[in-house]
Amino acid sequence: MAQDSSFQKKDIWRVFFILLFITLIEFVIALAIPESTMSQPIKNFFYIGLTLLKAFYIVAYFMHLKFEKTFLIYSIILPLIFIIGIIIVLLYESDFWLSIR
Amino acid sequence: MATNATVAQEEGKDIWNGGQSPFGASYGKLMMWFFLLSDAFTFSALILSYGALRFSAPSWPEPDVVFKSIPFVHTDLPLVFVGIMTFILIMSSVTMVLAVEAGHRNSKKEVVKWMIWTVIGGIAFLSCQAWEWNHLFHEGASLWNNPFAPHNVNFTQLFFLITGFHGFHVFSGVVINIICTVMAARGAFEKRGHYEMIEKIGLYWHFVDLVWVFVFTFFYLV
Repeated sequence: MAQDSSFQKKDIWRVFFILLFITLIEFVIALAIPESTMSQPIKNFFYIGLTLLKAFYIVAYFMHLKFEKTFLIYSIILPLIFIIGIIIVLLYESDFWLSIR
Repeated sequence: MATNATVAQEEGKDIWNGGQSPFGASYGKLMMWFFLLSDAFTFSALILSYGALRFSAPSWPEPDVVFKSIPFVHTDLPLVFVGIMTFILIMSSVTMVLAVEAGHRNSKKEVVKWMIWTVIGGIAFLSCQAWEWNHLFHEGASLWNNPFAPHNVNFTQLFFLITGFHGFHVFSGVVINIICTVMAARGAFEKRGHYEMIEKIGLYWHFVDLVWVFVFTFFYLV
């Protein structure tokens, strides 16, 4: 019915090349850029940003979530807020563990 | 893509008046989404424990040093093999979307063709992982021993636990993909009049790819 407006063969390949390109950027950061030009924390920041971007493309286009009903999108995305909460808690906690080791 | 198959939403009708799902998706697809949400929490728990243990460790092995071997090549090439594995999994995700797309056109031949490619991609990924694990075993890595940082065994434990759990997901995915390919080839979905089953297993397969994207970042890059 409505699929003509959403996602077609050429879009599939476009998303594939985006994912491939992002992965290649990650490799360039990991292998071609020396530690002196870009320190590890900054590299990590880029890795995580690019990973979330890849995750967006997979979920939105390959899993087709972008074209689902708004209510379905929110009921999948909003519960993931808990993960952000536990990340903050564990960052504090692991810092403490390190200090007592 | 309100498929030809699923519960159709009548245009302009208020979705909250009952008689139809506000999600606009079939029961099976909705439950697959909720299963994947719970599975996402499971994987988050594993990866977050990994993060916490790694942050609290005074030293941690360098991924460039640990993951540098490729089959049949005797020089050290850091991260190239895992790059190949990542490419294989993304590629098999693409063939899965192509199978779903062919399903919307009710083209049985194309669905079977792309599903077979997806199964091949999954098996290729599992073979690569088997080789990598085997190689690490030979270097002395195990749940009890970490040759890369002898005082802290957490690295190998978490590596085998998390890639193992992900690999088990890939394995289940391959099995279900094979079942669906056989069903499609025998015309089971054609008889049903729709290929929604391919869409549902497709969601699962993309989720496996999604988890790998995170595993790749946190084990091999960071």
